[in-house]
Amino acid sequence: MFKYLFAKNEDIPAGSAAVFFGFSSIIWFIIGTGLGSFNAAKLAFPDFVTGSYMFAFGHMRQVHVMAVIFGWISMAFAMAFMYITPALGNTKLWSEKLGVWTCFNWNAGLSVALCLMWAGVTSGREYTDFPWPIDLIILFAVLLPLGINVWMTIVHRKTQGIYTTNWFFGSAVFMLMIVVLVGNLPEYFSLTGLTEAYLTWWHAHNILGLWITPVAAAIAYYTVPKITGNPLYSHRIGHLHFWSVVVFYSTPGAHHLMSSPLPEWLKSFASVEGVLILVPAIAFVSNLLLTMTGKWHYFVDNIEIRFTISGVMLAIPLNMQGGFQQTRAINWYVHGTGWIVAHAHLALLGFSTFLEAAAVYYGLQTILRRKLYSLALANFHFWFLLIGFATYWISITIAGLIQGAAKIYEVPYIDVVIAEHPYMIARWVGGTMVFTGNVVWLYNMWMTARAGTPVPVGRLPHEIAYER
Amino acid sequence: MAFREYKIGTRMFGIALGGSMMITLYMPSLSIYSVGVTETGLVKGLSYGHNSGFSYEDPFLQGKGKPLTVTVKKDPVTGDDIDPVSAYVYKAGTPFPSAIRNPNILGKAVQALSAEDGQVGEAVESDGAVFLVSRGDYEGETFPYIENVTATRKWTADAVLTAAADTDKHHVGSGKTMFIREGCWWCHTLLPEQTQDWQYFGLPPRLGDFNGEAPTAFGSDRKAPDLLHVGSRNSSKEWMMMHFFNPRLVQPHSIMPRFDYLWGEVDANDNDIDFDQWRTDYKEYAAGNSIYPPVVPNYAPNSEIRYLMDFVLSLK
Ligand code: HEC
Ligand code: HEM
Repeated sequence: MFKYLFAKNEDIPAGSAAVFFGFSSIIWFIIGTGLGSFNAAKLAFPDFVTGSYMFAFGHMRQVHVMAVIFGWISMAFAMAFMYITPALGNTKLWSEKLGVWTCFNWNAGLSVALCLMWAGVTSGREYTDFPWPIDLIILFAVLLPLGINVWMTIVHRKTQGIYTTNWFFGSAVFMLMIVVLVGNLPEYFSLTGLTEAYLTWWHAHNILGLWITPVAAAIAYYTVPKITGNPLYSHRIGHLHFWSVVVFYSTPGAHHLMSSPLPEWLKSFASVEGVLILVPAIAFVSNLLLTMTGKWHYFVDNIEIRFTISGVMLAIPLNMQGGFQQTRAINWYVHGTGWIVAHAHLALLGFSTFLEAAAVYYGLQTILRRKLYSLALANFHFWFLLIGFATYWISITIAGLIQGAAKIYEVPYIDVVIAEHPYMIARWVGGTMVFTGNVVWLYNMWMTARAGTPVPVGRLPHEIAYER
Repeated sequence: MAFREYKIGTRMFGIALGGSMMITLYMPSLSIYSVGVTETGLVKGLSYGHNSGFSYEDPFLQGKGKPLTVTVKKDPVTGDDIDPVSAYVYKAGTPFPSAIRNPNILGKAVQALSAEDGQVGEAVESDGAVFLVSRGDYEGETFPYIENVTATRKWTADAVLTAAADTDKHHVGSGKTMFIREGCWWCHTLLPEQTQDWQYFGLPPRLGDFNGEAPTAFGSDRKAPDLLHVGSRNSSKEWMMMHFFNPRLVQPHSIMPRFDYLWGEVDANDNDIDFDQWRTDYKEYAAGNSIYPPVVPNYAPNSEIRYLMDFVLSLK
């Protein structure tokens, strides 16, 4: 990688940035889930690595969250930007060199930022825990170059129209930049009180709603038609999805603070808008499942489609939860319990991760022009992820319902802690499975790059998956 | 980009996103801005100081540059006994809180009273100042306001600190920083919910209870009791001390981490704390081999645990 930082743009092989981003994302995935599993162990067994400043739960938790969101998920997105955007525009990436630099800045910046946060340097605001100078560095050294590359590639496309995926890509980077800029206002200007609390959640909500959800969906809009060979079921529904994300998904930030003393109109508004998130959600899920028509065998025998469609199917319970758990009728029961943690993992570890994993699998094979090293290991990865995630989700959902019941019956808190204990252990087991699966994945992808069978010119990797 | 549809699309995108931000940022900010601060809000703002997260004066969150909350029992100027009051002491150079820097966050009445009766405009950061929360009348109604007693009664920061005993000085501001840094808010909330759990955890906060506090650290997922009013449920220093050193000493089923490292190197008598020995003894006790747990060392007056305890006990 380093040798390309100072090479001429023309000398850098096409796809290099995507490959670097791909491998970086897998490595961050391992780091992030490793930290998650470590934290889960601490919640299950509080005397596991105890009494040290660095390894305290309160120092490690946010490092896990930021590592998975900005290391794994967002870098996998960047990888998708780097190879899908040009592919859909029938052109090359605008600047391969800028892409490599973005990747370098991102890895270096994130490592420094996470180490600082680990050491206790934090703004104390969930999901924008990095102090604002770091946020600004991320904004200008990472997101801006990333955005420029995507936008310029779209502008220089050789097709007339712009495919759905690229609308999402181009606008999501832009929206992310706005969200990071505005979400940190309380830190630049030391805003206080409810303004600060509200902006914290406005930011958190929009990171999820205007970055993670739409980009993950956009990736599926590419992988499913590409691999199955079916055209997208409906571009109109794609339009509906896009516009309803912008209009509905950007508004219910306050639903994270339903039990706080925010103005009542704001909470009611957020709760109604939150239900409307079902519009983009249903548009997306139905569009993709209908695209699969006639090609459902891929769900069984193709690993990328299996990942993608599992992710799409996980979006169904996800959005059912998301649409309704933030209404006043339900929120009072589940707010602040493990239910929400389970929901967060359903969104990020279930829905989104599965779609990105497919993109990374597919991208690395197409760019490197090599067939997957081992389909068996890929299957192992899939099942470990799915079973591990399901164990996590089910156990913490149950724990959350116990907490909710205990909350309304005013049970002494320590009884809740005791009742949750078995589920905490189950979560740790499930999470550790995910982590193990990822280590195997890195090995598989590394061996693919090193020793995978070359894909002949004119063929696609998934076509020859079962040929020797 | 020559395609006409995309021009229209881009504009519509701008309108959609702008409209959304108008409703979700601009309108709420007007609503929230119009809220007057409560007495609780003033006390929090003054006792926590400017910012409890990352800041210039305290980039590593060690509790630097924070005010002290001092229980004043004697008038520091005349030496006469007075009814105890809480004074918020900003030594020379300590950054003033937002309530002093941007008094417009306080609401009209409190702002006016603080400026006229409280003379907060005269406070100078480089000289330090002492503030009280007093009450006054504004247009026929009683409001709390900030009184700059350095101007109104000539109580300087140094005089107040010299006159007070160490036990009357509370490092509430530095403690809030510890609370943020140690991530207590990943398990504990500072927000009894409006719907249900106030019978157990106490009164949910009101609209104006936070003006001037940053970050608010409400906490989003609760794995432990709400702490907003913990000081009025349990104000035992001894219990807290044992609980922070090793929660399993007082609550065998607790999943709270040990915070023994906040004690630092030495105890209250300047003797080195032997953590290894303590843990060995504790293991013996936990295994049932000894009847008494090892004694939790008294903390040094300038240790981080002192800050944290002062903060937690201030949560009434
Ligand atoms: C891993 C989660 C976790 C973290 C982190 C944590 N606690 Fe706790 N805490 C608990 C649990 C669980 C209880 C309830 C059982 C008990 O009393 O130990 C508790 C109880 C308490 C209590 C007693 C509450 C009551 O109602 O009597 C206080 C005070 C407290 N914690 C303060 C803190 C402070 C201050 C920090 C940060 C330095 C902190 N806790 C960090 C889990 C946590
Ligand atoms: C890509 C994978 C993952 C993503 C994107 C992810 C994301 C997140 C997010 C967003 C949170 C904050 C939740 C909230 O505040 O409600 C969180 C918390 C957490 N995650 Fe993950 N996570 C992932 C994988 C894992 C794994 C494999 C484990 C292992 C068990 C794990 C364990 C935890 C734990 C223990 C917490 C803290 C929960 C709490 O404080 O109650 N995560 N994660």
